[in-house]
Amino acid sequence: MAEIVLEGVTKRFPDGSVAVKDVDLAIADGEFVILVGPSGCGKSTTLNMIAGLEDITEGTLRIDDRVVNDLAPKERDIAMVFQSYALYPHMSVRENMGFPLRLAKVDKATVDRKVEEAARVLDLTGFLDRKPAHLSGGQRQRVAMGRAIVRDPKAFLMDEPLSNLDAKLRVQMRTQISRLQRSLGTTTVYVTHDQVEAMTLGDRVVVMRQGVIQQVGTPTELYDMPRNLFVAGFIGSPAMNFVNASLSGGLLRTPLGDLPLDDRMRGALERRDAPREVILGLRPEAFEDASLARGTGGPVVTATVDVLESLGSDAYVYFGAEGGPATSAELEELATDSGRRDTGAAAQIVARLDAATRAREGAPVELRVDLGKAHVFDPSTGVNLTRPDGTAGP
Amino acid sequence: MSTAAGPADTRPPGGAGPGRRTKGRAALSAGARQERRLGWLLCAPAVLVMVAVTAYPIGYAVYLSLQRYDLRFPARAEFVGLSNYGAVLSSPYWWDAFWVTLFLTVVSVAIELVLGMGLALVMHRTLFWRGTVRTAVLIPYGIVTVVAAFSWQYAWTPELGYLAELLPSGEAPLTEQWPALWLIVLAEVWKTTPFMALLLLAGLALVPEETLKAAMVDGATAWQRFTQVVLPLMKPAILVALLFRTLDAFRIFDNIYVLTSGAHGTGSLSILGYNNLFTALNLGIGSAISVLIFLCVGIIAFTFVKLFGAAAPGAEVGR
Amino acid sequence: MSAAGRTHATRWGVVNVVVVLYALFPVWWIAALSFKDPGTLTDGDYIPRKWTWENYRGIFETSEFTRALVNSIGIALIATTIAVALGTMAAYAVARLRFPGKQVLIGMSLLIAMFPPISLVSPLFDIERSIGVFDTWLGLIIPYMTFSLPLAIYTLSAFFREIPWDLEKAAKVDGATPAQAFRMVIVPLAAPGVFTTAILVFIFCWNDFLFAISLTSTESARTVPAAIAFFTGSSQFQQPTGSIAAAAVVITVPIVVFVLLFQRRIVAGLTSGAVKG
Repeated sequence: MAEIVLEGVTKRFPDGSVAVKDVDLAIADGEFVILVGPSGCGKSTTLNMIAGLEDITEGTLRIDDRVVNDLAPKERDIAMVFQSYALYPHMSVRENMGFPLRLAKVDKATVDRKVEEAARVLDLTGFLDRKPAHLSGGQRQRVAMGRAIVRDPKAFLMDEPLSNLDAKLRVQMRTQISRLQRSLGTTTVYVTHDQVEAMTLGDRVVVMRQGVIQQVGTPTELYDMPRNLFVAGFIGSPAMNFVNASLSGGLLRTPLGDLPLDDRMRGALERRDAPREVILGLRPEAFEDASLARGTGGPVVTATVDVLESLGSDAYVYFGAEGGPATSAELEELATDSGRRDTGAAAQIVARLDAATRAREGAPVELRVDLGKAHVFDPSTGVNLTRPDGTAGP
Repeated sequence: MSTAAGPADTRPPGGAGPGRRTKGRAALSAGARQERRLGWLLCAPAVLVMVAVTAYPIGYAVYLSLQRYDLRFPARAEFVGLSNYGAVLSSPYWWDAFWVTLFLTVVSVAIELVLGMGLALVMHRTLFWRGTVRTAVLIPYGIVTVVAAFSWQYAWTPELGYLAELLPSGEAPLTEQWPALWLIVLAEVWKTTPFMALLLLAGLALVPEETLKAAMVDGATAWQRFTQVVLPLMKPAILVALLFRTLDAFRIFDNIYVLTSGAHGTGSLSILGYNNLFTALNLGIGSAISVLIFLCVGIIAFTFVKLFGAAAPGAEVGR
Repeated sequence: MSAAGRTHATRWGVVNVVVVLYALFPVWWIAALSFKDPGTLTDGDYIPRKWTWENYRGIFETSEFTRALVNSIGIALIATTIAVALGTMAAYAVARLRFPGKQVLIGMSLLIAMFPPISLVSPLFDIERSIGVFDTWLGLIIPYMTFSLPLAIYTLSAFFREIPWDLEKAAKVDGATPAQAFRMVIVPLAAPGVFTTAILVFIFCWNDFLFAISLTSTESARTVPAAIAFFTGSSQFQQPTGSIAAAAVVITVPIVVFVLLFQRRIVAGLTSGAVKG
């Protein structure tokens, strides 16, 4: 068990490109930390640097107060689970799981005992003598996990360990990993591009973009108080809606209609010297069917429903907003990453309503906007202007 | 992903921070440099040997080809410029051999392509015995060419062979130019079609089964599926197979040597070069022929790559 | 099975038989010849009427053949060993390391593989006589490098590219030293490719004829294919047909054994890299 501390860690490749830039991160003993971000954001490189598979260009990496920059992976006492599982094809499951122990010259009886123990935990007992080629995807994944846990290492590093599994299995394994980590209490750094995985698994989530940490926080913090447009757009599914807006008087003029600012927003905007043109961010659940009006207060806007998706528990209502979608470099990147740009869905606004809504496709619906859940962003810097002060950053 | 380490990594580290930080940077550069040095070191022996066994002899051949150099009179060697080339190119022997080689190359490669495609389809689609068929097909390719050539020679020798018996008595096909050329083509085709088929088979395996199903659903007949879906998708594989085989066929020697010894107007360029060296013992002329054959092969390769865009296989090696 | 299914199967059966016959017939024919006695040699039958080992006994009694067999085996083995050893180093670098000049190496070996051997015969004839390796094993091993080394580099780098190098990382994280990672993980994975390449290179060396007849003049280095060609003139009174057939069968046996045992791998090796997946 260990504490992992990164200070000013930077990775520059020989061709001059910077994959990771000045990352500061302190991971507490036993903590489960997720690195998340779109592909190419530097999360895997960061993990590889912690593992010792890539050199650290600048900065220091400490594991348990010991600088390990120049230590070989073998000397760091960490275990890693790879996306491809990286099982040794010429070894049986038993040999695969026992490999790190054999390398560490552990006596045979202990190796056998630990392997069997791990196999029991992971439900692999019946497969110990098979070769990886004769296992299903889920079983291979568990063998990879097993190879990591038999060593009882200081930390687990996991590089998208579930991304090769089908959706259903992924959810099951997610719970299993979570349970396993909690029972072992081993410090874990987990890399994924899937924000749902990030939100459900981690004690803390680190959102990265272009090699730079955007925000570190608990899943709730990231969801409710995103520091910038990128985090706001990346976390949450369906994603936050963004529309162009301008501040004038006490009003926020948006394609949805004019929305009066509440005290919280006005105060924050004034304090931060907000520009006139801003981007308004509303999560789908910031809308409510006005005719069901359980909430109180808040302005009401009218929109014509394009598409209605009924999920039983909720209903998603899609409608267009005049003036097109809000644009910024960060939103562009998000749209490209999620494929929304290709489908043109970025131009739509989605509202999550109670399943009892009477909204119908093609018909207008009155929506109450909960401005308490609204965010206002600076289009040029992407900074969330309405984020409460005093919240820990970054 | 490109793996070539550009010149960028020799650049001095820009904006390096104070002491502790620059250390890591230096270590990385050292790592990259080390990797590069190791790469060169590992390749060096192979490169040196390849240069020694090919580049040097070819260079020497060019030098010899500019000399009058007869092995019977080695003392009378002297520089004669391009006159050896003039002698070769104005000789009917060269042109006869050239046309024979061209004929053999074009005809056998064309037949091999068609047969090889058929064979590849059989290997790809057959319902059973797949392993047996592939093993059987490998045998002609693996067999020593000289052995196969003798087998064919005996088959066509009157009074001895099973195939000669099928001909009207008194026919000796290997002693007449055209029949002999066709028999050489036959021997060549038998021996190398399997190789062609295997390369094409590898190409066939790359045609996604779903694409074929889609074409079937779209109403394409088997022939349309083959010509409009399979062939275009296989084009790179076909071009590579053609390139390999054309260059290989152009240097045909073993089959002709055994079947006819190049008599009766069946000698290829390789036979011409060999005979010149060992019967005329003229190294100057022989070297000129060597260089000219080398140029022909170069032109063929160049044509394939430029005209048909045959990607040199392995050219886009990366990780 | 339905009637349509049966005709389908029958059709494939016929096609398969045709293919197998096509491939094996000339081989069968020369094998049949080798077992015929001189009296029935010219009967043109596909099956010897009277089987005899006489032709084999005959060739193994002459040093002309046995010496050639030793030469063939020795030269092919040494050339293969050198080519595979040098090729493995180069192919590892190509598949695994980043260094400038990699493309040049690949291009160069491809170019050299396409060399017309006759272009090398004239200069090598002169060079080898002047440095005294003409008509020696070394005199043939040298030119064999021209095709065996590119073949080895090419095939091996295709095989090595298939190795999931992630495993090396995994092994390092699992606590292996670089040497352990290489020995316990990479070598077992690379061995089949190296082995297959060795077989292919051996077959190519075994098959050579042009260098063998050009760069040898006596029994001391002449390989079997060249020796067979010279059987023809060995006796005026006896047709060498039976001897040639027997010798041909002898040098075909190893090839057939290789093909039977390693069919799948040889196919993979021959087509590796030629077609990109």
